[in-house]
Amino acid sequence: MTDERPDSRTDPDDPEFMADRAPSRADGGAPTAPGALHGPGPDKRPRPEGRRTDLGIRVEGEAESEHPPRRAVVSAVVDHEPGVLSDVSGLFSRRQFNIESLTVGPTADEDYARITLVVEEPDPGIEQVKKQLETLLSVREVRELEESAVERETALVEVRAEDPDAVRTAARTTGGEVVDTSPGTMTVSVTGPTDRVDAAIERLAEFGIREVARTGATALSRGETPTTEWPRPAREEDAADGSRPEHDTEN
Amino acid sequence: MSGSEPTGADPGEDPTDAATSPERDGCPDTDREGSPDPETATDREGSPDPETDREGPPDPETDREGPPDPETATDRVTTGAEAAVATLERAGVEHLFGVQGGAIMPVYDAVYDSEMSHVTMGHEQGAAHAADAYGQVTGEPGVCMATSGPGATNLVTGLADADMDSDPVVALTGQVPTALVGNDAFQETDTVGVTAPVTKANYFATGPEAAGEAVGEAFALAREGRQGPTLVDLPKDVTQAAADRAPDRPESPETYDPPERADPDRVADAAACLADAERPLILAGGGVIKGEASPELRRFAREFEVPVATTMPGIGTFPEDHDLALSWAGMHGTGYANMAISHCDCLLAVGTRFDDRLTGDVATFAPEATVVHVDIDPSEISKNVHADHPLVGDAGTVLEQLHEAMPSVPEAAAWREQCAQWKREYPMTYAAPEDEPLKPQFVVEAADAATDDDAIVTTGVGQHQMWAAQYWTYTEPRTFVSSHGLGTMGYGLPAAIGAKVAAPDKQVVCFDGDGSFLMTCQELSVAVRENLDITVFVLNNEAVGMVRQWQDGFYDGRRMASEYPWVPDFARLAEAFGAEGFRISGYGEVADTVRAAIAHDGPAVVDAHIDPAEEVYPMVPSGGANDQFALHPDHLDNGGEDE
Repeated sequence: MTDERPDSRTDPDDPEFMADRAPSRADGGAPTAPGALHGPGPDKRPRPEGRRTDLGIRVEGEAESEHPPRRAVVSAVVDHEPGVLSDVSGLFSRRQFNIESLTVGPTADEDYARITLVVEEPDPGIEQVKKQLETLLSVREVRELEESAVERETALVEVRAEDPDAVRTAARTTGGEVVDTSPGTMTVSVTGPTDRVDAAIERLAEFGIREVARTGATALSRGETPTTEWPRPAREEDAADGSRPEHDTEN
Repeated sequence: MSGSEPTGADPGEDPTDAATSPERDGCPDTDREGSPDPETATDREGSPDPETDREGPPDPETDREGPPDPETATDRVTTGAEAAVATLERAGVEHLFGVQGGAIMPVYDAVYDSEMSHVTMGHEQGAAHAADAYGQVTGEPGVCMATSGPGATNLVTGLADADMDSDPVVALTGQVPTALVGNDAFQETDTVGVTAPVTKANYFATGPEAAGEAVGEAFALAREGRQGPTLVDLPKDVTQAAADRAPDRPESPETYDPPERADPDRVADAAACLADAERPLILAGGGVIKGEASPELRRFAREFEVPVATTMPGIGTFPEDHDLALSWAGMHGTGYANMAISHCDCLLAVGTRFDDRLTGDVATFAPEATVVHVDIDPSEISKNVHADHPLVGDAGTVLEQLHEAMPSVPEAAAWREQCAQWKREYPMTYAAPEDEPLKPQFVVEAADAATDDDAIVTTGVGQHQMWAAQYWTYTEPRTFVSSHGLGTMGYGLPAAIGAKVAAPDKQVVCFDGDGSFLMTCQELSVAVRENLDITVFVLNNEAVGMVRQWQDGFYDGRRMASEYPWVPDFARLAEAFGAEGFRISGYGEVADTVRAAIAHDGPAVVDAHIDPAEEVYPMVPSGGANDQFALHPDHLDNGGEDE
């Protein structure tokens, strides 16, 4: 631009400035390529020992710490408002969590709904499921239920009814009941823990299954242990005199 | 202020610039946004503008001079739009970035009577990026506005960018009237649905009072806890409907309670681990900046003499010219930072989410280290890298807790010597032979030398971004404003606009690539209209250079769609926009042109023609091990390319 050469460390004519950044040729035999830098190559560096699993957990020596997927039942109390289910399901698809079932329904407090999720993930994945759910503002509380929790789902199984008596017997022995009998078809309703529902469907398969609809598992903790702290249960004296008006609407 | 020499030279050149600037003074709004000067607002109010009568109640003009008085302001709220706008005003918002449009018009109409200044951007993406940069520079949410449909969808890239980098941004979008929602009305988009995955929270305003409340919550949530973008969708009937109140100040939902202090027992365990370490290392992430925790981090590192590497968003948390500084780690980070991460035995990671560009193959990340992870977001703990000592809380608070809990100074003299040795072994020097075209690193260093220490650098995304990160010496937080997680080409120019509005007294320099610049260069018109003194360096290699570098490294040099057979003359392009254009094509022009462009009072664009063959090193190939960084294309044989 101008003839002036201001005295500055950015002046390319300043030998000191240029000396800093013209090292390549001096290093006899060092490879030169645009952008190449100096230093020992990858195979000339000390390598660290140890490594991590795909889940970022450090493993000592050869011992591989195993994190097989397991089935977990997670209960989440959420604001009972539009969009929450979409937030939760969007989160699961976006983060690629393996989800076996998701059910949602109102709680005793009309402001809140309960979502019950059955997920199949390694332990760190289950932790992530819980933490990610908690990042949603509409999610009030998230708990993983113990294995002892009461868990139920319902399946409606429509089968061919060439032998209605056999279907009725099968329904009875699997703990189900026939809820519809039509020409050529019968529908059996089965309610129970997921594995029992699976077994019932397998048993009914011999008649030829036409359609199956399942609710997915819903669950509560056993006994005094609360499934979740939210929504706060009605105090006993309140329940006795029915003084929690917001609950009356449910009945 | 290391740039004292060039600054000293400036005054001599100023008259020239002053002489050229009147050409652009035809723009009526020249001064308004650039200088948040109350007098300017006074002028506007004082002008005999018949429109001012519309304000209705004859508020004492004096009220507008001082901070908004909640009582008075409450009286003035008459519509949902005014509730939304009053909420922002009461939150202390001074600047808005946006683009007008049908469904957002009632909100803009309410802004007409507001003291907030509005920067009209060329494109809604630019508005979101400008608000994002404003948020990065100030720490307070930047606010952007757009209409429904295309206005809202154009914001999405900027919101996703802010979401990835946890930048505080509030977006207000217009929406078709409630009765038409769901009918595929003109310019209707399910904005809440579209933006849900890329916002921290979003709201659909269901009524005029709810509009104010939603804006208040959105504002509070954008800045509290882990920061991030929020959005309020405002149907036109809601903003037009009568309302008489707005929240006095933004408040997050009462159930939102970000953790402050970490569990003391865990802090004690982590401190013991750090004190016992032979090879301790601090990894400072963007969360340190977001949490204003640089002072605590610096104190900790200096007192316990622990070397510090940063992530890219963490650049500036620790002065890069300090003996303990290893600069930034990751794919194109320094060799010494990556060696230190690979060999440390205790890693204190603060405010980082362990992005794959930082970790490389997780199996090989800090494989010998016990990890102490400080983060305000519990969902980041053990998401990518297992935390042996999870410390959930505010970065500054937890660092102070750790500081107090440290039983002793770790005995790590040998380790510090090892780190110093790596700094000597893997210097960030580059060859700049006189007989080859200009090296981009040289331009970055020249600009660094010619600017103040607290100058703000913004970048686009690509090779130029890496050079700007590698060869500028950052010493302060909030001085490197970039698109990290999303990697949004075109971020740099609108970000420079947002940064300059946020910090009118600081120098703002944007490094861009020719590809990146062409994605948002229409925002130059905004910089000219607002007379923003920013300097854009286009490191022009006539290619999407990073893609080309990968093609050469991993796709047998098959340069598909990465080279431009022709690029515009960016200096003349700048002049067509009304900015000052400069051109550099050789070493001899660098120093003078850089200084002249920075001295120019107003937007300037420097079209720097750099060596098109120059590549970015070091490089950890995607999915590779950090300690196996390549210094040369030949080293890439060791690594794979997995994307």
